[in-house]
Amino acid sequence: MEKTVGADAVWAYRKDVAKRISFITICIVSVFFVILLSGSIGTTYGFWDVYEVIYERIMGITHPTASPEWWRSHYIWNNSLPPIIISVIAGAGLAIGGTVMQSLMGNPLADPYTTGISSGASLGAVSAIVTGFTFSSISGEMGIVSSAFLGALIPAFLVIFLTRFVGNSPTTMILIGVAISYFFNSMVTYLMITTDTDKLQEAFLWQIGSVSGTGWGDIPLMLTIVVFSGIAVGLVSNKLNLMMLGDKSAKSMGLDIENFRTLCLLLLAFLVASIISYTGIIGFVGLITPHVVRFIIGGDNRFVAPASVAMGAFILVSANLISNLLMPIGDIPIGVVMSFVGAPIFLYLILRSKAGRDMF
Amino acid sequence: MKIDIKEMGFGYTATPVLKGINLAIGGNQLVSILGPNGVGKSTLIHCINKILSPKEGVVLLNDVDVSEITIKDLAKEIGYVPYSTTTSFPLSVVDTVLMGRHPHSKWKTTDEDLQKVYETLDLLGIEHLAMRSFNQLSAGQHQKVMLARGLVQEPKVLLLDEPTANLDIKHQMEVARIMRDLAHEKGITVIMISHDINIAATYSDNVILMYEGSIFAVGTPHEVITKENIKKVYGVESEVVDFRGKPHLVLIDEKLKNLELPKDSYVSMRAQETAAR
Repeated sequence: MEKTVGADAVWAYRKDVAKRISFITICIVSVFFVILLSGSIGTTYGFWDVYEVIYERIMGITHPTASPEWWRSHYIWNNSLPPIIISVIAGAGLAIGGTVMQSLMGNPLADPYTTGISSGASLGAVSAIVTGFTFSSISGEMGIVSSAFLGALIPAFLVIFLTRFVGNSPTTMILIGVAISYFFNSMVTYLMITTDTDKLQEAFLWQIGSVSGTGWGDIPLMLTIVVFSGIAVGLVSNKLNLMMLGDKSAKSMGLDIENFRTLCLLLLAFLVASIISYTGIIGFVGLITPHVVRFIIGGDNRFVAPASVAMGAFILVSANLISNLLMPIGDIPIGVVMSFVGAPIFLYLILRSKAGRDMF
Repeated sequence: MKIDIKEMGFGYTATPVLKGINLAIGGNQLVSILGPNGVGKSTLIHCINKILSPKEGVVLLNDVDVSEITIKDLAKEIGYVPYSTTTSFPLSVVDTVLMGRHPHSKWKTTDEDLQKVYETLDLLGIEHLAMRSFNQLSAGQHQKVMLARGLVQEPKVLLLDEPTANLDIKHQMEVARIMRDLAHEKGITVIMISHDINIAATYSDNVILMYEGSIFAVGTPHEVITKENIKKVYGVESEVVDFRGKPHLVLIDEKLKNLELPKDSYVSMRAQETAAR
């Protein structure tokens, strides 16, 4: 009888895959749990009230106007849930952005803002806040959003355009991104130091990143782009794996790296711009989420990508929860919480991975 | 599978790295490319598999210009193992080797893909490392994993950029032997860059010696590895002796070259035998 090579090993691999899928499932369930928990924090309503309201809204169940159930539904749906849902979407989008950027650049220190997207968004938003000048014809709050969105696209397009002439190696892209960031940041700084205190505070708060004050109207564009990007990244996640072994290896395995990298950067530009134009620059989630996921389930992007979506959503909605819990001592933006809580966890993971398993 | 390189030239800048390369390689054989550092060995194999595009001339794969073959189709024909591969990400050995299936497979890993991966790992004697982290392996294991990744690509031509670098002599011999056996038994052409002339002489069917961006000599190890060629290309004194049908290079330090060797020494006896023949 012919020897079957590695039958046990094939089974071991399939078992490992099952573990990865289980992890993703646990993350998704955890996100729903934290959504319900977050909705009940800082209100008189409980965990199950939030569940019931979401269920009623989905099923189209209505209550008589001004009845206690109507007020409950109105408050939770319109006040509590939008920032929570935006945290989920933004967390998912930034995390998958980090996963893609780290794989594309072959660099674990890359994050969604590596090509200078955040500096462009900052310039767009701060110019709209300080001078009233926007890159779009829309004024007011949506003027800031649209200006930040268009501003975010500029560095990404510049990086893509310039690397057409000098080759789009990861190092070149990162360096061009750094140069563009410095240039844009200098203009942001100039605008901020030449404006009044109120506008300075508004501009500064925008840069920190926050989901408070957001509504359902902020969700459709962001959700559409994040969902589209998530699906697209999932479909090319096997190609992202090749990029992790370096350009030469990826090319020798049949990947057209130049076009692939350009397309991914375009996708990332729209993804990240659609998020931070509404939330401001929320740092850290795009950097640490892929690492946390890889630490637990390994580096195969076919699993890391969906797991990052779920884990990113979980991390940011948890940060929003902590932000709400800390509300009695002041309004602490989610971006601050994210860095304050995320940094020690990240350090812990690094120390633990160096002691045993590899993370970098 | 047949590779024909005609009047090929390449340069990263205006200064040519390769010039006037004419080569025909094919058949089930292990071919070693030898030459000093910076002579263009890696550049040559990068031009063969389209990592670089030649500035002049053409590279033909079975009479088809490789520039007209898509990257993915070319990957089904030509595999490549780079000089060194490191990754900052925690990939298991199976995940790493599975990537080699990319030109043939879809998104999903099939049982056939896994079977091919484990057969290759078994062939290289590293099946037990399958679920280990790629980054935690020794240099020798690392190199074998990358060879496995190249092999599961099922190429007709396998290009290896110094596959025995950083390995101890036992592992160097093991890797070179595996490559020769693969070439002969699996019917593929293996082209290997090497700095170890004796390893190349022992295991290669043919040798290409490069000098200043050009092909200096091509032929069997006996035809190419001569003390005159070594002196010209590397600028060092040597004796090339015949040992069990293979040329064997013995380097002679400049300061010691006038030193009379004992007549019954190994080198003297082999040199006398070679001269007599």
